[in-house]
Amino acid sequence: MNHSVATIKAIAKRELSSYFTSPVAYVFLVIFLLLAGFFTFTVGNFFERGEASLSAFFAWHPWIYLVLVPAVGMRVWSEERRSGTMELLLTMPVNAWEAILAKFLASWAFLAIALALTFPIVITVNVLGTPDNGMIFAGYLGSLFLAGAYLAITCMTSAMTRNQVVSFILSVVLCLFLILAGFNPVTDMMTRWANPALVEIVAAFSVVTHFDGFQKGVIDTRDLFFFLSVIGFALFATSVIIRNHRAG
Amino acid sequence: MIRIEHLTKSFGLKKAVDDLSFSVERGEVLGFLGPNGAGKSTTMRMITGFLPPSGGKITIGGHDVVEDALAAKRLIGYLPENAASYPDMSVEGFLGFTAELRGLNGAAKKKAVHRVVDLCFLGSVLHQQIDTLSKGYKHRTCLAQSLIHDPDVLIMDEPTDGLDPNQKHEVRNLIREMGKTKAVIFSTHILEEVDAACTRAIIIDRGRIVANGTPEELRNMSDLAGAVTLSAQGADQAKLAALPEAARVESVNGAALRIYPKDKAASVALARSVMELVGREGWKVEALRTEEGHLDEVFRRITLPDTVKK
Repeated sequence: MNHSVATIKAIAKRELSSYFTSPVAYVFLVIFLLLAGFFTFTVGNFFERGEASLSAFFAWHPWIYLVLVPAVGMRVWSEERRSGTMELLLTMPVNAWEAILAKFLASWAFLAIALALTFPIVITVNVLGTPDNGMIFAGYLGSLFLAGAYLAITCMTSAMTRNQVVSFILSVVLCLFLILAGFNPVTDMMTRWANPALVEIVAAFSVVTHFDGFQKGVIDTRDLFFFLSVIGFALFATSVIIRNHRAG
Repeated sequence: MIRIEHLTKSFGLKKAVDDLSFSVERGEVLGFLGPNGAGKSTTMRMITGFLPPSGGKITIGGHDVVEDALAAKRLIGYLPENAASYPDMSVEGFLGFTAELRGLNGAAKKKAVHRVVDLCFLGSVLHQQIDTLSKGYKHRTCLAQSLIHDPDVLIMDEPTDGLDPNQKHEVRNLIREMGKTKAVIFSTHILEEVDAACTRAIIIDRGRIVANGTPEELRNMSDLAGAVTLSAQGADQAKLAALPEAARVESVNGAALRIYPKDKAASVALARSVMELVGREGWKVEALRTEEGHLDEVFRRITLPDTVKK
């Protein structure tokens, strides 16, 4: 156990610091904060709503993450495969699952840093009114898990190919499916020709459905379980892909 | 230390490695030779636990590479084929990272990094980012990584590939030095390296072992081994061929005669009787030498496809 913790720590530390040694991290942070601000204030009419809440802020996260999370995660494994460092890493006394988990956690921590940097909006809303800060906390938690689910899927697509662009496109498509399955215009369209029970099952796979609760300030264990199982499944799939790749 | 039994690896229908068995003990340096695509890298990747074997068994210091992977990997230092490393890290950061993965922390980590930095002459680039380094330095950085935990087993895939002659010389010396206390396997297709660094060599072709022995033994497989080449005024081919030890005599470039022995082990006797014959006949000798046999000739003869040979 001790060995695993030390290994995961070493790999995660390297991975996280590699974000900050390249300009990628800063470009990403700036774009993320700009987009979050733009959608909240301009598209989401933050001020005109006259609400002391961050619903205008969180509502756009599934869409902002759709492009930005795959951009963060696409290099996680494909770069290792392309440059041959995967061979180096996996011939160290390291279990594949430790490396997979460590890399996921490092990228997730990076996304958490990006999310934490949106704190001025929490201050703004607290200065302007008296929001329910518990609800805001739930929103942040949900947003973090949403990012985690996208990221795990990106890790999986990244393990499939040595080409980062392919990995990016695949993960965007998969994540888009996870949004659309529960996106109101799509579910409305589906109810016209499909069994409502079926529509509900499909919608249950959507991140939007499960993210809604968090936005309303409800931390439901079922929603947490959904996000954790998406993460768990995608990371397990990553390990299968890596094992198959090595088996030739 | 390294024991390989009936190792097989197939990619689809293609057998990359076919029933390979050999072992390497501490104090041995095994040169792994073979043409491109013979299965050298695949074998090394299986020994280091990167690729799972399709069949057979590999044990490192008694630990099965598949069953007890971590224990086996702890004993191994590995230099992969392209000497890959993380380009965005500094040399010091990279070596520190690999030290941590090997379970070295704090003072032990610092000491290990310093030791390999001295060993691989990396002091001057310690804080430089790896992708700004020249190929030789990148290579040595990865080499340093493989030595950081002072492993009992060292596996190196083409350790001198892409280095300049001075660096090649240094790396060979390093391998020879390491081989005194460790079990070393390195692959190469530079045959002079076999003489420079190996205690034993294996030649593989299309996944099978086709020769296994000391460099001396391999050289003796050459036709040329033990032949006497004589360059002398008045030398007579027929008289030389009549010597009891001589199998046949050939003319080399028209200037010299080469006498092949019937028995390679008796090449000294052949040389002696040639000398006696020269003395009796009074030929004026310009040059006389016993040939050693060339590894590249042996290599070519046993690894060329049959069609090319004829």
